[in-house]
Amino acid sequence: MEATVIKTGTEGKTWGGGNEPLRASYGKMMMWFFIVSDSLTFSGFLAAYGFSRFKFIDSWPIADEVFNHFPFLHGVDAPMYYVALMTFILIFSSVTMVLAVDAGHQMNKAKVTFYMFLTIIGGLIFIGSQAWEWKNFIQGTYGAVSTNGGNILQFVDADGKRVALADFVTAGPATRVHHNRSNGLWFTDEPDLPAYTMQDVQNSFIANPNILVRTQTLNEHGEKTILSRQESERKLTTEGSHVVIGANLRENEYGVPLFANYFFFITGFHGFHVLTGILINSIIFFNVLLGTYERRGNYEMVEKVGLYWHFVDLVWVFVFTFFYLV
Amino acid sequence: MAHSSSHTHHSNTKRIWIVFLILSVVTLIEVVLGILKPAILVDYTFLSMKWLNWIFIILTLYKAYYIAWAFMHLEGETKGLRRAIVWTSVFLIAYLIFILLIEGDYVYEVFKNNKVAWDF
Repeated sequence: MEATVIKTGTEGKTWGGGNEPLRASYGKMMMWFFIVSDSLTFSGFLAAYGFSRFKFIDSWPIADEVFNHFPFLHGVDAPMYYVALMTFILIFSSVTMVLAVDAGHQMNKAKVTFYMFLTIIGGLIFIGSQAWEWKNFIQGTYGAVSTNGGNILQFVDADGKRVALADFVTAGPATRVHHNRSNGLWFTDEPDLPAYTMQDVQNSFIANPNILVRTQTLNEHGEKTILSRQESERKLTTEGSHVVIGANLRENEYGVPLFANYFFFITGFHGFHVLTGILINSIIFFNVLLGTYERRGNYEMVEKVGLYWHFVDLVWVFVFTFFYLV
Repeated sequence: MAHSSSHTHHSNTKRIWIVFLILSVVTLIEVVLGILKPAILVDYTFLSMKWLNWIFIILTLYKAYYIAWAFMHLEGETKGLRRAIVWTSVFLIAYLIFILLIEGDYVYEVFKNNKVAWDF
């Protein structure tokens, strides 16, 4: 260490950096300024989300109808329970992080190790949960129909409960062959054909008189509009274009395409931060184990990654509010 | 390096657990409100936003304050550093939100009132 430090003879004097108005080390201050700039990136995402939501203010999907899965509870409507659990996990891993920083102030290596370990585990559980959430979102639950204008029509029974396409649609005989490289143009193929064609959906809908169409339009109570049977039939037969199952960047069964796009970009960008956070935490964890900071005489490095980790938690608090609650 | 001599190194664990309790309770309130959606908070608005959403946003800022002040230890930093961080973010973000939400609302009006076919 000593060999790389250049002495100028002015150490401690004002022009030698002796005046420290902010009384923070270089590393910590730069971590703070990075966090400020990163928070502006996230604000850009969330404010853009707000822009699009205001643009589609009367037809935006309702989050707790979309995120209503819970592990091992199949078919049970569990609005937001899982996201709430994820939020608790992340807050708790923030607590263990700050406990590690606290133990670092007391130069307690064993405690720092233990709490850093818990923090990393918490991060891993969170990112795993996020992956599961993505899986459900991409696969979809109910399926829907897109109109020619790109609006989503969903199906409900007489009580207003959602009905999956699989529950009432019977697939007709296959009308066309799946285009593979082996049977068509050799240089191109297409994704799997949907299980049902638009014709199947329309026929089954006519055969099931107790099913209604639900549009994206929100009424004055913030609920989706359910059409009358007559209006449902008209809408589906004259405007229905194709079946949509699950979500991708082009369209999704939940409603406005931008909803899925923002979901992927915002939670994805946050998940990327969690991932790098876990990585940096692990590096610091091994440094703690090796006794690097014990020899250095302070655990400020733990404090600095701690700042980053709390920032990830802070961002999640906002994502949770604006994506899932509001 | 040894900058943190300004605050003594006694253990803060009690405060950490109290802050954890606050954050947990607030999150719990948010989730319960989000699931119940009481009609009185959904049907009435203040400054053209539902009361429920106002509550969510205020509680979120309350949580953010505790995370930044207690966990990220802003309360222990000098005033100058704290203001450089908080004021910069707050002013820039407030401006960004203001300009984008106004614009979003305008685009909504255009979609709604002009002769744009979107439901077909």
